[in-house]
Amino acid sequence: MASLKELRNRITSVTATQKITKAMQMVAAAKLRRAQERAEAGRPYAERMGAVLANLAGSFEGRADAPRLLAGTGKSDVHLLVVATAERGLCGGFNTSIARLARERAIALKGEGKTVKILCVGRKGEAVLRRKFAAEIVELMSFVEEKNVGYTHAAQVGKRVLEMFGAGEFDVCSLFFSRFQSVIVQIPTELQLIPAKFEGTEKDSGADFAAYEYEPEEDEILEELLPRNLNTQIYRAILENAASEQGARMSAMDSATRNAGDMIDRLTLSYNRTRQAQITKELIEIISGAEAI
Amino acid sequence: MAETFKFELVSPEKLLLTQDVWQVVVPGTEGDFAVMPGHAPVLSTMRPGMIEIHATADDQGVRYFVAGGFAEASPTELTILAEEAIPEADLNRDNLELAIRNASDDLTDATTDSTRTRAQETLDHLNQILTSL
Repeated sequence: MASLKELRNRITSVTATQKITKAMQMVAAAKLRRAQERAEAGRPYAERMGAVLANLAGSFEGRADAPRLLAGTGKSDVHLLVVATAERGLCGGFNTSIARLARERAIALKGEGKTVKILCVGRKGEAVLRRKFAAEIVELMSFVEEKNVGYTHAAQVGKRVLEMFGAGEFDVCSLFFSRFQSVIVQIPTELQLIPAKFEGTEKDSGADFAAYEYEPEEDEILEELLPRNLNTQIYRAILENAASEQGARMSAMDSATRNAGDMIDRLTLSYNRTRQAQITKELIEIISGAEAI
Repeated sequence: MAETFKFELVSPEKLLLTQDVWQVVVPGTEGDFAVMPGHAPVLSTMRPGMIEIHATADDQGVRYFVAGGFAEASPTELTILAEEAIPEADLNRDNLELAIRNASDDLTDATTDSTRTRAQETLDHLNQILTSL
């Protein structure tokens, strides 16, 4: 059994750890609220953008002169996976679950004989993926110094993706991030960016849109909106990710704090027992010494 | 009081403004246009410039700087999706100079005549705003 001093040291160190995890949990809770607000504030823009584009895109369906961002290159040989993760660890399975989804997808694509390229946004996912896909990772975009990752950062990522697409470096692009559902549930999600896909929002407003006048022409507008839509999607993913990350960190730190509490209880118990045993032993020694005289 | 319509100014980061207004002047790519109640449905892209919002007919108007985006008008509604929107009061040399730098980059990057003309127009317009500041 460990000595009293050893036990005392361990209790102190676990208490210190518990204080840290507790503080981290509270910070994460505060940040989560802000991240959620930002995610909600960004929603109207993305929704309207989606609605307008879905209608515009509908009129281009099946046409040969549709922009390449919408129709794709007609091939699917090279896939670009944009993997958005956090910049920091200590948030439970958040980073690993996104990276795992991306990894499985990459393996599946390779199995089909496609070429895979990976663009990492956030350095934690890169650290996980590098082990297996060091050759496939084309770039790491990290915003670790930024306090609040905003639209401008999403635009940087979007610009890079467009540059690569313009240079013909890939045919299909998908984005991996974690959708925020609740503090405990975050769903790793894959979203196809290029060729662009739209959720069916056009049904209810379709009639209104048909009457629209376009300035400049429809195809020019589409040409301009598609890159912008790309940025918006990436921005939304970043926002969802930020909220998910804080949520994951909060629950991870909550269980760490509880764990530390249990550990302190156990250690205190064995500390007291050891102390009692020692006192009893000393007493026996004194008494038997006195009896011997 | 004249009749009004619903106006929304949205940036990717948040819903900036939602109110009933009488007239809004929009810097469209192919020229400025004013939107009033009953405007024909139009979907237009915007160049960087000032939007001007008048709540009533005799209102002086509130101005916002937008760095591009698009506007969606219908007879009862106008929605502006701006890449970036700054109230005129907060507009300073720094934001503008950044926008001007971006515009000059676009100009040097331009490969076709039409994109070059457009970039040049944007740049001229921004310089004009800068001098009027």
